[in-house]
Amino acid sequence: MIERDEDQPLLVAEGLSKWYGKQLGCRDVSFSLYPGEVIAVVGESGSGKTTLLQLLSAQLAPSRGRVRYCMRDGATRDLASLGEAERRFLFRTDWGYVHQDPALGLRMSVSAGANVGERLMAIGWRHYGQIRHTAGDWLARVEIDGGRIDDAPYTYSGGMRQRLQIARNLVTRPRLVFMDEPTGGLDVSVQARLLDLLRGLVAELALAAVIVTHDLAVARLLSHRVIVMKDGEIVETGLTDQVLDDPHQPYTQLLVSSVLPP
Amino acid sequence: MSAPVYNFAYLDEQTKRMIRRAILKAIAIPGYQVPFASREMPMPYGWGTGGVQVTAAILGPDEVLKVIDQGSDDTTNAVSIRKFFAKTAGVRTTTRTAEATVIQTRHRIPETPLGAHQVLVYQVPIPEPLRFLEPRETETRQMHALADYGVMHVKLYEDIARHGHIATTYAYPVKVNGRYVTDPSPTPKFDNPKMNDSPALQLFGAGREKRIYAIPPYTAVVSLDFEDHPFERYRHDGSCALCGSAESFLDEVVTDDHGGRMFVCSDTDYCEGRRGAAQEGAQEGAP
Repeated sequence: MIERDEDQPLLVAEGLSKWYGKQLGCRDVSFSLYPGEVIAVVGESGSGKTTLLQLLSAQLAPSRGRVRYCMRDGATRDLASLGEAERRFLFRTDWGYVHQDPALGLRMSVSAGANVGERLMAIGWRHYGQIRHTAGDWLARVEIDGGRIDDAPYTYSGGMRQRLQIARNLVTRPRLVFMDEPTGGLDVSVQARLLDLLRGLVAELALAAVIVTHDLAVARLLSHRVIVMKDGEIVETGLTDQVLDDPHQPYTQLLVSSVLPP
Repeated sequence: MSAPVYNFAYLDEQTKRMIRRAILKAIAIPGYQVPFASREMPMPYGWGTGGVQVTAAILGPDEVLKVIDQGSDDTTNAVSIRKFFAKTAGVRTTTRTAEATVIQTRHRIPETPLGAHQVLVYQVPIPEPLRFLEPRETETRQMHALADYGVMHVKLYEDIARHGHIATTYAYPVKVNGRYVTDPSPTPKFDNPKMNDSPALQLFGAGREKRIYAIPPYTAVVSLDFEDHPFERYRHDGSCALCGSAESFLDEVVTDDHGGRMFVCSDTDYCEGRRGAAQEGAQEGAP
């Protein structure tokens, strides 16, 4: 890896607001994400978490505010100024996006190997053997049996699909991954395994990540910092253990106390 | 009652102008699919309405027209289109590749090499090579605009993963002039190399989908492949039962229900030409 100035943020959100007509998506969200840092965005349904994620990943244009991103060449760019070609390139090289529903992030009828290899082919890899080898490597890293490389994801279980989606995103060694409820819809033991895997990969690859979740356990396990959202606004932010163990705002206190004891 | 009167080559002049504009644009941007206001033709979609419109737009009174269907001059589609233009344009028609100036084709490129004075018009059912990977037309246009073609190799990857080799045998995707990925219409991949650097102008008309695209003369046409799985032509391992050609593309003809079969040239004109030459040779050799 290239040595990088750790003091320079990777992604900066400045006063992000989004209205869907009269309906508020989120209002005046500002924060910085540093290389290798994992931020969890927590809050109840409808609090603007997913809107925020789409704004950060340039899939939605903000009504107000902007997102700046430090490109691989070290230049910081306003995402709104990127052309469509640059945005797509960023999306398949430097970024990853893990959907809650793996069917959205995978080609369900195309083999696992091709799913993982697609990004490589898109950036110009033209050697079948190398693509397949790299895909096999990544399947092993996300604990998918190499014998399943030619099977399509629709034959996979929910947990395997999610792991395959992660492999597909990480194959180009992105620096930033957006995750929208990565453990949603999985049973607890599969969730635990996935979280374990994610934690390992994030640390190993020094990934920065923005994880949207309503599950405080996910936030506690994976993230360094937590942003708590309610009605489209940030109500509290801070280090994960600080926010979850000593919540200051009434809403955060409610959120933390509404977790059922096992 | 007087008999119906057609304009020369059936289409009215304004329509021909519109199609010619689309053709010129298509030639200017090799491989790019130009939308055009496709007309209803007196034949069903899938029978070559796109090719017929292109042919009608470029036909002049001095042209010599040849029409082939799967390489053959004497199948229904070829015969009826040939008759159509003989009737509506009064142009001379031929089955000889070398004599023709305009050749309308479905699914084959003639074996006889084409020259600079010839135009090859393809009938295209599905002009969009990305269709089966990305069904949204808005998205495929974006992908063409941005040369975002990674997904094309996903298809080839799948072929190799499943069959051990690239099993796509027709409509094999090509990259035209290093830019646009293009569907060569459902020609067998055996014909793909003939498209590269061809002295003849190649025009593609898709009537139902209202698209025209072109490969200008002497344009680079590269079949997509992998470094370790390069593009390969495919033909049946055999020679023509009629003319003995070991080079031409062969059709398999089942002759009985006991597994009997024979291979014959798919290009009937090429096959007849070779048989004619062999016969002449035999006569000259006789005392």
